[in-house]
Amino acid sequence: MTYREAIRRALRTALHDDRVFLMGEDVGMYGGSYAVSKGLLDEFGPAKIRDTPLSELTFVGAGIGAALGGVRPIVEIMTVNFSLLALDQIVNNAATLRHMCGGQLSVPVVIRLATGAGKQVAAQHSHSFEGWYAHIPGLRILAPATVEDAGGMLLAALDDPDPVLIFEHVMLYNAEGDGPETPQPVDIDHAEVRRAGRDVTIITYGGTLGKAMTAAAELSADGIEAEVIDLRTLRPLDDETFLASVRRTHRAVIVDEGWKSGSISAEITARIVEQAFYELDAPVERVCSLETPIPYPRHLEQAVLPQVPAIVDAARRTMQADV
Amino acid sequence: MNDSAATLPADDATALGLLEDMLRIRRLEEKAAEFYSAGKIRGFLHLYIGEEAVAAGAMRQLQAEDSIFTTYREHGHALLRGMSAATIMTEMFGKVRGCSRGRGGSMHLFDASLRFYGGSAIVAGALPLAVGMALADQMRGRKQASACFFGEGAMAEGASHESLNLAALWNLPVLFLCENNLYAMGTALSRSQVQTAMAERARLYGISSESVDGMDVAAVHDAVGRAAEAVRSTGRPHFVELRTYRFRAHSMFDAELYREKAEIEEWKQRDPIPAYQARLEAAGRLTPDVVEAMQQRADKEMEAAVREADAAPWEPVEDLTRFIYTRNAAHERHEREHAGEHAHDVPRGDTPGAANGLAR
Repeated sequence: MTYREAIRRALRTALHDDRVFLMGEDVGMYGGSYAVSKGLLDEFGPAKIRDTPLSELTFVGAGIGAALGGVRPIVEIMTVNFSLLALDQIVNNAATLRHMCGGQLSVPVVIRLATGAGKQVAAQHSHSFEGWYAHIPGLRILAPATVEDAGGMLLAALDDPDPVLIFEHVMLYNAEGDGPETPQPVDIDHAEVRRAGRDVTIITYGGTLGKAMTAAAELSADGIEAEVIDLRTLRPLDDETFLASVRRTHRAVIVDEGWKSGSISAEITARIVEQAFYELDAPVERVCSLETPIPYPRHLEQAVLPQVPAIVDAARRTMQADV
Repeated sequence: MNDSAATLPADDATALGLLEDMLRIRRLEEKAAEFYSAGKIRGFLHLYIGEEAVAAGAMRQLQAEDSIFTTYREHGHALLRGMSAATIMTEMFGKVRGCSRGRGGSMHLFDASLRFYGGSAIVAGALPLAVGMALADQMRGRKQASACFFGEGAMAEGASHESLNLAALWNLPVLFLCENNLYAMGTALSRSQVQTAMAERARLYGISSESVDGMDVAAVHDAVGRAAEAVRSTGRPHFVELRTYRFRAHSMFDAELYREKAEIEEWKQRDPIPAYQARLEAAGRLTPDVVEAMQQRADKEMEAAVREADAAPWEPVEDLTRFIYTRNAAHERHEREHAGEHAHDVPRGDTPGAANGLAR
């Protein structure tokens, strides 16, 4: 089953609940810009699968308002860059209302966004803003990296009484993997160890998990056993899982498709330094996107993004550090 | 501005009630200004003095099952919705027994049990929420209006255009109530928007629309009553522009460099309270002693509200992380460790999402 199919199955399961509906640009007749919702309009009809005007600010805000009204909207934002048009509603309303009213209201809206680069769609369709959103108290930020999580996180998000943003990496939609025949909600509080290892901890999430796993396999051939941690939830961040790993391996490499400056990789580095500084045998390494907008031509786009050789090199540097 | 005065409501309870509603708002606002100067209220404070006829006329026409979204100039709307002056004043004082536990202050009055979904301090920020609430109502087959108050300044924001479009496109029961007081903070409407006839703008989106003298409480009451009923019966959006004026500064920080004193004085001649009082008296439906009694009641109410606000406790700092997330493991741990210590300070809201029907 593909990542896309897993999300579609989870959507189908969720939509059988009377309160749940999907809305967004081209989710209906077009089938979704990444074909995630293809066929659902025929199956569930236009009241449940709602094509919206090109009004991110208002259809995201309407999702928040509808959530206040007791239904369970799933709002699809075509690509992460477009979510910036809805930032006011996400930050000033979804994230803030519960606090601002002293706990009287919850905002159970689920927002799905296509994130990341690799499809040569240039600098207004390819960014990775999940780290930005992880800055905001009141939001839950999920980044499924596996087929199981792609569907399971959606169902778990619908069970969450607070606003949840799910960042689906565009390069994963065709990825094949194991998923349950009947979609099940998964844990959305904890990171997961995807590969056990004793020598170095590679911390990543979403679209770069595969690259980290490939790097770990290459390192293993050289006798270096990397532990790979999939963060899964970027906020609230489960630092216990990666700190426990770093305390065992004494080395950390963070792989993130976001930029380094002011990023989730910077946050993780800070937490390691704050809470496990004396456990480190080497400086923390980061493999992130170069600090440019994402370019169009393939060779430049690939040069900007974190790649397997850079991860392998970073891990090797931590092994060679003389502390 | 040459509307002929609207007919007075036939029953005395409504006719006199509208006057008392306006008087209560004004007294609340005067008290708030007094205690801002005394340093008890801080931050921004936006007074509604001069605009009382809008909230008074409109709020009486909204039913318990209707939803209400407002701006940061919303003390009067909250009061007339049924929130006590004490809970409003206590919120403005920033105390834990305020309607929003003191978390919101003057601009963020909420009462989910009254379907009062807040003062929003982002101009046009509540319009999409009202559209969404109407969508939820439509999906659940509820025949209610989702009423949204906003200023004319909001009509320059993209969110207002998107919201009018979506509400009309999807036939959503939204009641758009545009409080046009001619100034977006210090920017005059004519200096910031090309089409200054708000009702015309709504009409372009296919929304039934009218413009009303917002200084005439009877006219507001009549127009909003018709519009709200139309929203409920047709399930379609309606738009009412209420032409009004604020007599006081935008907020307590405003030196009012952008408008002439003569203009303010001219509008004050149309003060909605004495104008309406004179009409009632001329019609033989009001005597001075009745007004005197109303004023005394309002005075007492606001005095008591201030006393209660002043005496109320602050939210304990240890509670600060509550209500950020509904599922809050860290706070639950703290609660277990300090069981019973400040349970008396929790007026409501401890059932996650109970107010929006989400408890599960």
